[in-house]
Order: sequence, then structure tokens, then C-alpha cells
Amino acid sequence: MNIFEFAVQYWPRLAAGTGMTVAQFFLAAILGVAIALVMGLMKLSSSKLLRGTAVTYIEIFRGTSLLVQLYWIFFVLPLFGFSIDKFTAGYVAVGMNIGGYGAELVRGGILSVPKGQWEAALAINMSPAQRMRRIILPQALVNMLPPWGNLMIELLKGTALVSLISVADLMFETKQINGSTFLSAQAFGAALIIYYILARFMVTPFMRWLEAFMARKMGRA
Amino acid sequence: MQDMSGFPLELTGENKPMVSFRKVRKSYGSLTVLDDLDLDVSAGEMVSIIGPSGSGKTTVLRMLMTLEEINGGVIYVDGKPLTHMEKNGVLVPANERYLHSRRSDIGMCFQHFNLFPHMTALENCMEGPVQVLGLSKAEARDRSEELLEMVGMIAKKDQHPSRLSGGQQQRVAIARALAMRPKVMLFDEVTSALDPEVIGEVTNVIRQLVSEHNLTMLMVTHQMGFALDISDRVCFFYGGKIEEQGRPADLFGNPQRERTQQFLSAVKEAV
Amino acid sequence: MFDWKWEFAWEILPRLVSATGNTLLAAGAGYGIALVLGLALAVAQRTQYRVLTFAVREIVEFVRSTPLLLQIFFVFYVGPQFGIRLSPWTSGMIAIGVHYACYLSEVYRGGIDSVPKGQWEAATALNMTTVQKYRRVIIPQAIPPALSGMGNYLVGIFKDTPMLSVIGVAELIHTANAIGSEHYRFLEPFTMVGIIFLAISLPAAGLIRLFEGRVRLKLGLK
Ligand SMILES: Nc1ncnc2c1ncn2[C@@H]1O[C@H](COP(=O)(O)OP(=O)(O)OP(=O)(O)O)[C@@H](O)[C@H]1O
Ligand SMILES: [Mg+2]
Repeated sequence: MNIFEFAVQYWPRLAAGTGMTVAQFFLAAILGVAIALVMGLMKLSSSKLLRGTAVTYIEIFRGTSLLVQLYWIFFVLPLFGFSIDKFTAGYVAVGMNIGGYGAELVRGGILSVPKGQWEAALAINMSPAQRMRRIILPQALVNMLPPWGNLMIELLKGTALVSLISVADLMFETKQINGSTFLSAQAFGAALIIYYILARFMVTPFMRWLEAFMARKMGRA
Repeated sequence: MQDMSGFPLELTGENKPMVSFRKVRKSYGSLTVLDDLDLDVSAGEMVSIIGPSGSGKTTVLRMLMTLEEINGGVIYVDGKPLTHMEKNGVLVPANERYLHSRRSDIGMCFQHFNLFPHMTALENCMEGPVQVLGLSKAEARDRSEELLEMVGMIAKKDQHPSRLSGGQQQRVAIARALAMRPKVMLFDEVTSALDPEVIGEVTNVIRQLVSEHNLTMLMVTHQMGFALDISDRVCFFYGGKIEEQGRPADLFGNPQRERTQQFLSAVKEAV
Repeated sequence: MFDWKWEFAWEILPRLVSATGNTLLAAGAGYGIALVLGLALAVAQRTQYRVLTFAVREIVEFVRSTPLLLQIFFVFYVGPQFGIRLSPWTSGMIAIGVHYACYLSEVYRGGIDSVPKGQWEAATALNMTTVQKYRRVIIPQAIPPALSGMGNYLVGIFKDTPMLSVIGVAELIHTANAIGSEHYRFLEPFTMVGIIFLAISLPAAGLIRLFEGRVRLKLGLK
């Protein structure tokens, strides 16, 4: 059976899996960006407590494996009374992991904004929150978008791990199909191609568009 | 395909030039940088190349060093074609293997020295002789130390380039090129990137080369006084052509062409 | 903590320690493959053969945009379909080695691109062959700026080795899983695995920075 015949026969399951992968991707991305912002800002805060919390978070999530984090959240957290279903455990683990990496990008982006911008915002008597929100963050965002593009690809690839706690994503469906048909080359080959299309023709172009869009909005292009 | 019938397979005769550009053309896209350049340099001759920015001076040296391909004509070195090789009795563009067999005849010093930063001064000099010429380490060391002595850098032979001044780096670069025992040496504005107070230490080395060695040299320079002093001949480039050439005293003292006069008076004013 | 049993933790520690050995071995072997293959992929993209350059570029992009987990399955299961049986270790090393070779090739490319054009020209003026230019002049200068990227991926490959558990390589997670299902206790094994990862990857990052400085010093690059 060639890969096209294979795709024709199994497309409903592949499509369902892809849908689940996309859902996990979006939820994890939202969570990851939110965590990255919070932790990135906290790491720059003058409060020792906030800074310490952020550093601990970042080091833990960047210092251990996503798979370890996923298993911990799914198998160990319930022991502490937080029962969590596999769907949620999946995107929470991926999102929290990406949040740790993203926090460093946020921090770097903010530090890359020239000192003069802080001073100018201060000179027109903006409050610290206003300064950050209206002056610094928009510029930081433009500076840090290119590495976020790579991080989003990592996130997409990271979602494949949720199959290991039986979330029925593309990876999971592929493994199931492989298990029942032994058409390994076709099954895994088709999945590779689908992931590639998602990364190369959806995530990357979207991030490029976002970069260009933000740059235009900031009057940089 | 270019008609190669006008170009001999080999230059012969008593006074065959060491370097010969024959109808050499070079262009970048639609921009013609050198147009049918003819230039002969005899063995042991020191030729200075002067001219306004963008006139093609650097390009002449880079083509001779085989850093740029040419778009027409032939360059000969020591009687044999450099840019071309013989195949079934006709000249065809040289392949990398042929170039490799000829390139050691030519040495070059660059405006920005281009020393290898991860090697000491001595290692820089020994690199070519050991790796390319296949000399033993001991032979290469003797040869390199002798040359470093000559350029006055022997005391710093174990320093990396980052620890040397520009003038010192350029002197090491000269020693490195000489260590390959080239027949032709090329200098491209070797003093342009230097602070004024160290220019002398480099020009003195070149002066010494001219007086004590019988090397064939082509030098691009913006230092008219230096060119006047040491050259056998000066070529004034303008718009990709040799506008005027002659003995230094004649060209500087009594330029014939209007453009030469303009250029020289503009340079004089700047000084 | 809630239900933490020190006794149990103590009892399973030897097994986890020996699994750590496997994890480090897998990371080291995979990294070795990636270092060499990555260099080949980087240099291949700088040749004048357009088709080769294009093909390698596309392959690198493809491998980098698809999940390592899937690639591990692919290598492990596709072989037998065509009569080639690869052990979990072999397929794991191929998958993780190729995956990281593609990442490292980008790091090398950045390093090679950072070497000034004048260095190539000086090497040509000394009449070096292409191989000599790379070996003697370009690579030694391309490595220092690439070191921090190379170091990051060393830690990265270490953290990705748990994925090898899915095809039965007895590294940390695989062992923790086994312990968990034998004793119906997951708290200790998974927590300890997390701590082991932290205990190795955090100091490793520091050591790599130290090493980076050493190399630069040794090569005389400030
Ligand atoms: N790689 C290149 N691509 C396109 N154009 C080039 C390139 N190298 C040189 N040129 C052009 O060729 C012309 C001659 O350049 P060349 O470097 O030989 O001038 P030059 O006489 O050495 O000038 P200068 O005194 O400024 O060094 C210039 O117009 C330059 O812009
Ligand atoms: Mg020039």
C-alpha cells in the first residue's frame, strides 16, 4: 500500500489526530505565552521573592525534560489531590515547559529596549505599569518575535509527547494505526509529513506574518 | 565561448615578462570594472598602482591572486598562463587543480592583514610552508624565524595577532607571504588601515625588500611619496584602464594626461 | 511531604543511578554522532553543488520541524518492515543523532559564516586546498562562536533522552516507569528523576560556559 492509498483509507483518524494536535498546540501556546510574560517580568522585578520564584520556575522547567514534567503532572500531582484529566495534563505540561523558555525570551526582549526609552517614559511621568505596558513591552515584543518563531516550532513538536499519556493526538493515532496494520513506513511517514506541513506552512508563515505586522505597527518597516 | 586564438600557450624569449595581463576583462554583472587591460611587469620590477577609489586597483591584484575569476583575456605568470591551462593545444579556463599548481608563485598582503587569529606570529608564517609546501617543521621554523627577524618581529614570534599592533601584524603578514618564496608579491594598500605613526615600520620593510631582494612586486598605494621613492614604474588607473604610466619621476613630475594631473593635484591638496 | 517514603526512595536509588549511567551514555553517544554528522551537513551546504546544497537544506528543515518522538518511532519500526531489524539502542542513537546533527549544522553554519572573508582569502593566498582551509583556518575560528550553541544542544540532547524510553531503552524515565508499575508508587521515582535531571543539567550549563572561556583563551581569541 503506497502512502496515498494509506492516506485515503486512514484519513479520518489522521484528521482527528491532527485536530487534537492543533487543539493542544493552541492551548499550550496561550498558556505558555502567559507564563512567559509573567515569569519574564517577575525575573526583572526588584522584589527578591518574585525574582526568586521566577528563577526557580525557569530553572526547573528548563533544567528537566518535558517528558519528566508531563509524567509528573499526570501521575504525581493527583497524589497531592489535584486530579487532572489527560487532555488538560497534556497542554498544561507543554505550556508550562514552553513558558520557562519563553520567560528568558521575554526578559531578553525587555532588556534589549534602550535605556533612553525608560527615561523618556519616566520624563512624561508615566507610572511604572504604564511605562511597561505602553512603551517597553511593545518594543520588546518586536525584538523577541524572531526567537519566538523557533519556540513555537518546539512547542508543536512538544505536543507529540502528550500521546504518551494517551491523549489522542496525531502521534497517538499514528501509533495505533501502526500497531494494528504494521504499515510503519506509511503511518509514521504520513505523520511526519503532516507535522512538517503544520510547522513549515502554518506556524512559521504565521510567525513571519506576525513579525512583519508588528514591525509595521511599530513603524519599523 | 571566447576566441582564444590570439593568446599564446606560453610566453618565450629573453625578456619575457614575469607577469603579463593580456586583454583582461572583469565585470560584476553589468558593471565593467576592468576593460581590456594590458600590463606587463618584468622580473624584479616594482610597479606601483595609483588611482581614484573604484578605479579597479584592488581588482587587478585580486585577479592575479586568483581570488577573482576573470571574464576575458589571459593572465600569464612566469611565462605560463595562470588563469587558463592548455587542453589539446588550446587554452581553456583553469580548474582548481591547475590553479593550485600555480598559485604558490604569488604572495599577497592585504589591507586588513588577515592573519590567522588562532595562531601565533611564528605559526602564521610556518602554516603555508608546512601544510602547502610540505616542508618539515624544523625547516619551516628556520625559514620563518629568519623572515620574522628581517621584519623586526622575532621578539614577538610567540604572540597571537590580537596582542600585536596593526603595524606589527602587517609585518608578520609580509613575513608569512614571503615564507612561501613567491616569485611575485602583491601589496594592497598595506598601510591604509594603520595609524600614521606605524606606517613607517611597514614601508621600511617593503623598502628593504626592494633594495635587497629581486622580487617582482605590484603595490596598490595611496602614499604618493612612497610610490615615488621606491617604484620602478607607476601606473595610474582611471575607470578600469591604465590612463597613464611611466617612471615615477616623470609621472609625478610631469604628468601628461589631464586626469592624472587632476588626481595628483587633488591628492596634494588633501595632504 | 504528603506521602513521601524515604525508605522506598533509598531502596530504588541504586536502580535510578545505574539508569542515569544509561541516560548519560545515550546522550554522549548521540551527541558524538551529532557533532560529526552536523559538521558534514554544514559543510555540504557550502559547496558549489546546487543540488546537494538544496537537498541538505531541505532535509535539515524537515528534521528540525518534526517531533523527535515520531522520528524515534519511525527509525525503530520502519526497518523491520523492510527486513532490517535495529536494536532499541541503535535506532535511538540514529534518531537522536540525526535530529541533533541538523540542529548542530545550523550552529556550525553560524560559526563558519562568522569567520571573516579575509581569512578565506588569506588561506587561498597561501595556496591551501579546500580541506586545508576548513581544517586549519576556518573550523578553529568557527568553533568558539559556536560553542555556546553546541553546549546548549548537549544539555538539550540529555534532556531529550527520556524519549528513548518509548522503544525500550532503559534510561531514567523507562526505569522510573518500571519501578512505578512494580510498586504502584510514582511519587518517588518521578520526583527523583526530575531532581537527577536538574542536578546534572544545571551544573553542566555552568561547566560548559567555563569550558567555552578556556577554549577561547587557548586559541588566543580574546
Ligand atoms: N564583489 C563585488 N561585487 C560588485 N562590485 C564590485 C565587487 N568588488 C568590487 N566591485 C566594484 O569594482 C570596482 C573596482 O573596485 P576595486 O576594489 O578594484 O577599486 P579600488 O581601485 O581598489 O578602490 P579603492 O581605492 O577604494 O580601494 C568598484 O566600482 C567596486 O564597486
Ligand atoms: Mg582597493
